[in-house]
Amino acid sequence: MTKASPLPDYNFAYLDEGTKRMIRRAVLKAIAIPGYQVPFASREMPMPYGWGTGGVQVTASIIGPTDVLKVIDQGADDTINAVSIRSFFQKTAAVQTTTHTNEASIIQTRHRIPETPLRADQILVYQVPIPEPLRFLEPRETETRTMHALEEYGLMHVKLYEDIARHDHIATTYAYPVKVAGRYVMDPSPIPKFDNPKMDRSPALQLFGAGREKRIYALPPFIEVKSLDFEDHPFSIQRFDKPCALCGAEGVYLDEVITDDRGGRMFVCSDTDHCQSRLTQGQGPTGPLASSGEEAGR
Amino acid sequence: MYVAVKGGEVAIRNAHRLLDDRRRGDRTVPALTLEQITGQLALSVDRVMAEGSLYDPELAAMAIRQARGDLIEAIFLLRAYRTTLPRLGPSRPLDTGRMRIERRISATYKDLPGGQLLGPTFDYTHRLIDPAMAGAEPIEAPERRPCHPDSNWPRVTDLLGDEDLIEPDGEGAEEPGDLTRDPVSFPTDRAVRLQALARGDEGFLLALGYSTQRGYGRTHPFVGEIRIGFVVVEVDIPELGFSICIGEIRVTECQMVSQFTGNGSESPRFTRGYGLVFGQSERKAMAMSLVERALRAEEFDEERLAPAQDEEFVLEHCDNVAATGFVEHLKLPHYVDFQAELELLRRLRREQEERSRAPQAAGADETREVAE
Repeated sequence: MTKASPLPDYNFAYLDEGTKRMIRRAVLKAIAIPGYQVPFASREMPMPYGWGTGGVQVTASIIGPTDVLKVIDQGADDTINAVSIRSFFQKTAAVQTTTHTNEASIIQTRHRIPETPLRADQILVYQVPIPEPLRFLEPRETETRTMHALEEYGLMHVKLYEDIARHDHIATTYAYPVKVAGRYVMDPSPIPKFDNPKMDRSPALQLFGAGREKRIYALPPFIEVKSLDFEDHPFSIQRFDKPCALCGAEGVYLDEVITDDRGGRMFVCSDTDHCQSRLTQGQGPTGPLASSGEEAGR
Repeated sequence: MYVAVKGGEVAIRNAHRLLDDRRRGDRTVPALTLEQITGQLALSVDRVMAEGSLYDPELAAMAIRQARGDLIEAIFLLRAYRTTLPRLGPSRPLDTGRMRIERRISATYKDLPGGQLLGPTFDYTHRLIDPAMAGAEPIEAPERRPCHPDSNWPRVTDLLGDEDLIEPDGEGAEEPGDLTRDPVSFPTDRAVRLQALARGDEGFLLALGYSTQRGYGRTHPFVGEIRIGFVVVEVDIPELGFSICIGEIRVTECQMVSQFTGNGSESPRFTRGYGLVFGQSERKAMAMSLVERALRAEEFDEERLAPAQDEEFVLEHCDNVAATGFVEHLKLPHYVDFQAELELLRRLRREQEERSRAPQAAGADETREVAE
């Protein structure tokens, strides 16, 4: 090798300032047109497409040295990809990180919204795999853009109606489409529909980054976000029969953990920070810790 | 047991240490040198440079070594590095007519000015595994021809163009778009399309090109010419007012002479399909030129029915770095979404069970379904 070190020194938060400016422009446009997908010149990142490159680019463009970053995947701070993205920002931006929702100024997430209500001084950055809510009804971008432009969302309602006709339920349980401020139908990223109501009129700014698909969209604070439904089939969220087996929390989203090969299961908080905080505060399960042997289906 | 489903920094670190170990393999065997990779696995290096869109054999060799020979992984490494480089500006269009030629063949003419030159090709080898490959037998020096800097190698398409038998190539005066800097919107222009194909996956383009030959968007192609060799890269320096050479790169160019067009007012002419790839990669250049021509269907009022003619389909799926990322992201945890599906599935099954237990209710349900 003739080159002493072929690899360059990276800029603060990896992206060069020109790229950050370009992304911030897209973010501003997205905030100005809530729910509209703004095309942006997504960069190739040192992590694979589909693994959070959109969220990482948005976070990298808005983060400053005084920010406190939290990264979650499936609600947890310690899932491998969350660990990897957090250490990426520790390495490239040397920012303070946290696992506590209320300490973070920026929260990057994949597939969940924290249980703790967010504040106006916080930004939630979603990683988005497929930003187009109409994609599975119409694969062509040229078509879906026209459909959005004409506010032509009949196809989506037909799909939801067909679900009801077939299953008596709307069979979409995550990435449940929403309408933003009565205009754009938007994909909330693959969060469980349990989390959809948290988006509505949230005081926090919510930004969505899709790196591979090169789109950014946003929900400005306090914007109306309505999950699509019908008058006679109103939107409803998942309910769990039992509280969290560890901290006893109710009305939160639970992960099912298989405890043995005889049908034993326990249900615990998907939001690990929420669970930990409650345990630290001395909260605990009301019933036996592990409801092993419980019948599947409960 | 609860912890077991979550990963951690220690697990990642250990996994990567194991990867380092497996990459190195048996320590009693000497480690691969970059010279060995660039010299003896040159076509792998060429593919990584082409699809990584960065002409740097040494870095490509490093990437191949780091990726344990996984070329798509190596392409990804090179791309992720490339994206950090500043974009200084466009070069002048390469003049492949002035190529220092290593190989040049035409399937449309038996002989032509400059002649046919086979160069280092696998063509006409018998695909028998050579026992010599197990050892390190000395290789005799090749036959060489003197290189005349002024020798004339007119492109076949130029010869056809002189007679106006093929569509003109266009001026290409404007600065082409850059899909790594601007989001692609459909329909694109030819320059952006060619750019996407040039860095597109060889296997994907090969299959699509093949499909056009089997009737899915047929283009009646002839290999007008394939040439491989070195071309100089020149950039305009505004301060100087003239262009300077910044280096030489090896490229493979394929000009596919395709189905002719024409109508009452316009005289019939052949059309072009174009392929240009970094390094030596005839397969990729040929496949690219087939697909490029198929994608121009709209220009020639051809019916667009086949996948290879569908710009959005081809361009959105030809990038192997994007494809591998999204396919492999399915490995990431999805248990929140899966839980949501489980919950619904169990509810549907419970409801169905309840219905079958109460026959009257089931009957009522059926009538309602009919009514719907």
